[in-house]
Amino acid sequence: MRFDPQRAAIRFGCGLSPKIAPPSSVAATLALLQGADNAAADFPIPGFEQTRTALLEIRQARRGIRKAPTDAERDAARKYQRQLRRKLRADAVGWFRQGLLRRAFTEDGFRERLTFFWADHFTAKGDSARSRDGVMPYVEEAIRPHVAGRFADMLKSVVTHPVMLDYLDQIRSVGPNSDFAQKRQRNEGVNENFARELLELHIMGADGPHTQADIRQMAKLLTGLHFDLKRGFTFRGERAEPGAETVLGQSYGGGPPRLADIFDALEHLVRHPATARHIARKLAVHFVSDTPDTDLLADLAAAFTQTEGDLIAVYEVLLSHPAAWRDGPGNVKQPIDFIGSSLRALDLVPRHVPTGVRALRRVALGPLTLMGQDWTNPVGPDGWPEADADWITPQRMAARIHWAMSAPFLLRRVLPDPRDFVQVALGGAGRDDLIFAARAAETRAEGIGIILASPQFQRT
Amino acid sequence: MASASPLSRRALMTRSLALGCSLAASPLITPVTMASAPWDGRLVVIILRGAMDGLDAVRPVGDPAFAALRPDVTGDAPDLDGFFALNPALTGLMPLWRAGEMGFVHAVSTPYRDKRSHFDGQDILEAGSGTDIAGRLRDGWLNRLLQEMPGIESDTAYAVGRGDMLLLKGAAEVANWAPDSALALSPQAQRLLDLVMHDDPLFRDAMTEAIELSQGRIDALTGGEDLDNATMMNTMQDMMRPKRGADSAETIAAFAAERLRGDSRIAAFSLLGFDTHARQTVQLPRALDRLQTAIMTLRRDLGEVWQKTAIVAMTEFGRTARVNGTSGTDHGTGGAMILAGGALRGGRVLGAWPGLTEADLYQRRDLMPTRDVRAYAGWIMRDLFQLSPDVIERTVFPGVDLGADPRLIL
Repeated sequence: MRFDPQRAAIRFGCGLSPKIAPPSSVAATLALLQGADNAAADFPIPGFEQTRTALLEIRQARRGIRKAPTDAERDAARKYQRQLRRKLRADAVGWFRQGLLRRAFTEDGFRERLTFFWADHFTAKGDSARSRDGVMPYVEEAIRPHVAGRFADMLKSVVTHPVMLDYLDQIRSVGPNSDFAQKRQRNEGVNENFARELLELHIMGADGPHTQADIRQMAKLLTGLHFDLKRGFTFRGERAEPGAETVLGQSYGGGPPRLADIFDALEHLVRHPATARHIARKLAVHFVSDTPDTDLLADLAAAFTQTEGDLIAVYEVLLSHPAAWRDGPGNVKQPIDFIGSSLRALDLVPRHVPTGVRALRRVALGPLTLMGQDWTNPVGPDGWPEADADWITPQRMAARIHWAMSAPFLLRRVLPDPRDFVQVALGGAGRDDLIFAARAAETRAEGIGIILASPQFQRT
Repeated sequence: MASASPLSRRALMTRSLALGCSLAASPLITPVTMASAPWDGRLVVIILRGAMDGLDAVRPVGDPAFAALRPDVTGDAPDLDGFFALNPALTGLMPLWRAGEMGFVHAVSTPYRDKRSHFDGQDILEAGSGTDIAGRLRDGWLNRLLQEMPGIESDTAYAVGRGDMLLLKGAAEVANWAPDSALALSPQAQRLLDLVMHDDPLFRDAMTEAIELSQGRIDALTGGEDLDNATMMNTMQDMMRPKRGADSAETIAAFAAERLRGDSRIAAFSLLGFDTHARQTVQLPRALDRLQTAIMTLRRDLGEVWQKTAIVAMTEFGRTARVNGTSGTDHGTGGAMILAGGALRGGRVLGAWPGLTEADLYQRRDLMPTRDVRAYAGWIMRDLFQLSPDVIERTVFPGVDLGADPRLIL
């Protein structure tokens, strides 16, 4: 069994479309990925700078409320602040829409899937008001440009990104013996959160070789990474713990604190065999199977190790490996993949996808929540679950059926004939029972709904 | 029901009742349905996700080292027993404490040590395993409890809410449902969906169960009639929208109470927000307030069943004894367990207190656990469900040492 364009579009891409042909080979898939990012150009999402500026304006507006000399001026300032907030929320929902359109119209579906995969691997979310609407911009600038590059480069860009530093409490972490802490005489100290998740989730895995002492040292090494709304990301030597830190037996720094010492440590940790194993497993589980073949894991890890984390080399193994093409039911699509691939199969044009916040909540954001994927808000830094059984519970299954039966009609009004749709959505490989059901449904909406809700469409 | 047909047990029951048939004579309704479940006690397990700070929730104000460790502690903390005081955010539970329907256990933990990862910690808490078999147990301890009980129905145990719970996963059937859900299908749509899902057990079983769990709401909608296509489509559009407040502590607890007043015997749900790395004086009261709301809602809605109920709230581990540099606490080891319910012999803070001087702390940083949190949960199940200690030590909590009976149930 080897590369098959139709199956590749379903398993590694954004699904099948009646208009857009999938890449024909492994080489063509990787060439697209290494070429220009057309989907991002067609459906742009800004970087974090725009969010930072908006958040700064909101903060200034809040000061305006406090300092307003009269009630009338205070009310006006409040109203202004509310407008700014609403504008940012509307922008963020608009970016979500751009993401949906990318899935529906891209020729390079693998890039969208990889962006989602790595964004999940490096889950950062807005727990505080200041980063809540910054998640998609974070992904756009810290993750997406690196999905076809080196793992270490992606890691460095994540480690210096405001949204991540804010989410995992790094901006509050200060070396206890740093100039900053000495001057303040306050109870300043190290916060271990980011160091722990870096080692445990992002780099080596929870079963990695690191100990509590390594986490402590890593946390001290990371002090100095900082972000504030005025200046954005900065490395602040005065907040960093002086002296060298030893992580997994290797010493870093020792001179004046430098960002380069942190980068050294990251490069070093990426070369640890545990990192290759961790990344190999995560890729295989996400794209191929909850219980991936040990050969596949070994080959992915070997490619990662040999190239020191050149992701194209790893993807080439993934796309070429016989274990990745096994017949039979593949993974269950995550809700965003389910909705994205449905839009793609439904042959929409961009204007079919509503632009308003309310309408988008109705057709996509609300349903995603009910399917278990509250957008950009997984429970913790370990991101979304991968096991099929986590997604297909009775209530989440019900939510998928509800969306499948209702949303296509809300979006398109004029629905395709289910007998044709089953051919498009499954690339002519629809099972007999599904073809029969498509014909036997009472209405078009019901027929489309049954096709979209079927395991054959729901799985990759 | 393991062999649940789309024609649900409840629908049949409704129809039989309408026709005035003798239920006992119907071969389709097992005696278990009538007798509801093989035992009468009710157990509610609440997982407090994020690692609740036991030292701030149940404060050892009588320990001379406490004040120095926690200079930030504020508020008027109600006294429990002269040594411990309750976090002010839980003041609303004091009437239960005074009535002996509230209890606490301090300095407990799972066997998990040293790595202090939420994910591993929660897995081990919910799997109920020791660390040596962590990762090998793929089911939760409440599910293994069910596997030991005769006459389990699909609605004997409920996982409530939109989140996932390893705690109840496993071979025994468990209902997983949120208060605002209903899957409404016309007979034709249901037939076709059955057809296309038939060969995929995961999808087929999930849908069958969703249909079963929805039956009550759908019957209310249609008066027991079949659903027509238009009503189905309208209901689906309505159901596509999350309902406001459906995931709140009150809604979830109210739904759990409703099930427990009926056939269900076990309910489990999660409360989030206990990972207080920063500004704990703001964050923790919010999380504790949700717990208080959940307990008081159960108290209010369970009615007489409250007297048969034990509520067990547990967390993956405790937090550091000292405050960190950001007015919060980091991941620790020993923590606290919160118990409530009319079946409880409460009014006590249990557990051997290890002390808080630096030498008393685990690795000089965390509250030293003095007993396995599973031992207390185990004794509660022994008393509530007449489970043998042997089954608990072998199957439900493999490797646990139950130790002395803390006599937690009246």
